[in-house]
Amino acid sequence: MHPQTDQHSKVLKILQKYPPFREKMHEYLGIIEKYPPSREHMLDMLHDIQEYEPKHYLPREALLAVAEYLNIPLAEVASTVSFYSMFSLEPRGKHIIRICVSPPCQAMGGSSVLVALKDALNIDVGSTTSDGLFTLETTSCLGVCGVAPAMMIDNDVYGNLTEEKIQRIIEEIRRRDAAH
Amino acid sequence: MRHIRSHVLIGIDANSLLAGAKAVEQALIRELVDKGLADEVQVIETGSLGPIGQGVVLVVYPDAVAYANVTVDDVPEIVTEHLLKGRPVKRLQVPLAPEERVVEIKPTGLVKKPQPRVVLQNCGVIDPESLDEAIAAGDYQALVKVIEEKWTPKDVMEEVIKSGLRGRGGAGFPTGKKWTFIPPAPQKFLICNADEGEPGTFKDRLILEGDPHRLIEGMILAGYAIGATKGYVYIRGEYALSIDRLSKAIEQAYKENLLGDNILESGITFHLEIKKGAGAYVCGEETALIESIEGKRGQPRLKPPFPAQKGLWGKPTVVNNVETLSNIPPIILNGADWYRSFGTPTCPGTKVYTILGHIETPGLIEVEMGTTLRDIIFEYGGGIRKGKKFKGALVGGAAGAFLNESQLDVQMDYDSLKEYAAVLGSGAILVMDEETSVVVLLHSILSFFEHESCGQCTPCRMGTRALLTIMDRIVRGLGTPKDLDLLLQVSDNMQISSLCPLGQSPILPVKSALDYFKEEFLERVSGKWSETPLQTQEEASQVG
Repeated sequence: MHPQTDQHSKVLKILQKYPPFREKMHEYLGIIEKYPPSREHMLDMLHDIQEYEPKHYLPREALLAVAEYLNIPLAEVASTVSFYSMFSLEPRGKHIIRICVSPPCQAMGGSSVLVALKDALNIDVGSTTSDGLFTLETTSCLGVCGVAPAMMIDNDVYGNLTEEKIQRIIEEIRRRDAAH
Repeated sequence: MRHIRSHVLIGIDANSLLAGAKAVEQALIRELVDKGLADEVQVIETGSLGPIGQGVVLVVYPDAVAYANVTVDDVPEIVTEHLLKGRPVKRLQVPLAPEERVVEIKPTGLVKKPQPRVVLQNCGVIDPESLDEAIAAGDYQALVKVIEEKWTPKDVMEEVIKSGLRGRGGAGFPTGKKWTFIPPAPQKFLICNADEGEPGTFKDRLILEGDPHRLIEGMILAGYAIGATKGYVYIRGEYALSIDRLSKAIEQAYKENLLGDNILESGITFHLEIKKGAGAYVCGEETALIESIEGKRGQPRLKPPFPAQKGLWGKPTVVNNVETLSNIPPIILNGADWYRSFGTPTCPGTKVYTILGHIETPGLIEVEMGTTLRDIIFEYGGGIRKGKKFKGALVGGAAGAFLNESQLDVQMDYDSLKEYAAVLGSGAILVMDEETSVVVLLHSILSFFEHESCGQCTPCRMGTRALLTIMDRIVRGLGTPKDLDLLLQVSDNMQISSLCPLGQSPILPVKSALDYFKEEFLERVSGKWSETPLQTQEEASQVG
């Protein structure tokens, strides 16, 4: 039998088990079904689901779907997820800002940039703006120290940051999103 | 008919992308078509061209003219004046530093003063997304040599042992010797550690983005030597471009049977897969990395058993750094004696550094092992920015040590640095000018450790937290001289009792900062410190 079929019949069995979450779990299982059901693929599955979720996080149903698919306890999945800083269990904003707080960026004025960023967004690190547009997080070295201080917004890197530049970048994204 | 007379190399990396490299490239291509030069001038995307922080960088060959800070508006002028009329645009021209030239390294002719580029030979010269260019630039020649001359795995291993190559991930353990620890077994694994998280380090990223085929070749050869038919490259999840470039390279290699079963009909089999990390510094530790590949929390294992005995899924496993593996092809191709002609007797070869901070030209350099810190900063890095004075440097990232002016003449290699209780580590050199506060920097380092401690072993979990609490007091001017002793005591205990290098490392920056910049600390704890409390990084320690 083709392994894909095997995997799919497994998915169907799981779905029968959880009628209340059926709809959501169906979506998630559809995403992870392409991987063989072995633990080594778990991080890839979680990455994929998080990318798919508009709020960039891993809902409980997602963890459940992965746990069932891999035949491991839910707690195993949850504890792995909580270990890695790129995964979130809480809903996040449309854009995720990761500002580098490593020593090289600090040496180049990272602290004042972080203050400017918090002011511009009017939120603290770890929270989301009330319009759901931005989540502010800190990160360790992004490996772009040649243009320190630096941050990432989604998959784009912004370097040589200053307080004025922060204002401009945030305004630009706000404008772009409003136009859509 | 197409008759290419000029090539324009455009450096595409994270830094130039954010300066608008893609827009410049498109404008350039459009302009060439408009001017009817499309058949004569070829635009080639390549990795980082060396200088960073100079915006979009173009190099025109065969003229070897480099332009920096190029914008879309400059494109018509470059095309009309230079490519059409042959007059370089002086306004944008920057001197093409020797290290940016194609350095031909032949077994006999040694490179003199400019950077001897062994690992970075092709970085910034070829289009990293083209297998043809990689092959034309010499990639896979060592593999072909091994196949044609019928080298046995033992031959490969012995050549690497003879070369004296030492692991470039930080610890400097002899690579060949590490390979010999692998016992005979039906299934073995080779892992490339590309989880580059040491603050201030991005050499592996630029190797992956500049010459991914070199790494693949190195892994095939290493896999052949130790008898592994399956390899993994574990890359940081944040390195989107590296993952993309390496995936493409692996795909191309499979297509040409440079990877897979029975490579080039030689009987050698090697399969390669990328594993993406998810944001955990500790996964750079080899056993934590193995746990992460297995899909678990990336917590280090107790050693022994070492990965050579029980690694990935309990099978014998070798974990090598990107730079280490990229050194293998030139060693095999040119021989161990050639390799030993670089560097020092105990640390042969070259080392790739990332040099940053208050430096004139931050970026990536490759120099011989044993080059002094002074030469690296003042000869290759262009000296201190804005004509300021040198205060000190943090060498080796957060898990590295501070050096001050009196140590500028230290030779940069594993053994010489040991005498100063310093380490080469990942090769990050953070240069500080006279206005930098070592106290604030140490605070930032300790909050980094506090955040990245995996929490598995108590000395590290509690120790990193204690160090940060003490340092919080000090940085605010609320500490006492006793706090300085406490920092040393705690980090010393951590070094003795922690499970993995993460907890064993804080002693390096703490002790060197206190040894060489003691007065600055004493001033802060004198009780008279009055500067407005800095916005320190409570935030950093709260991050998820």
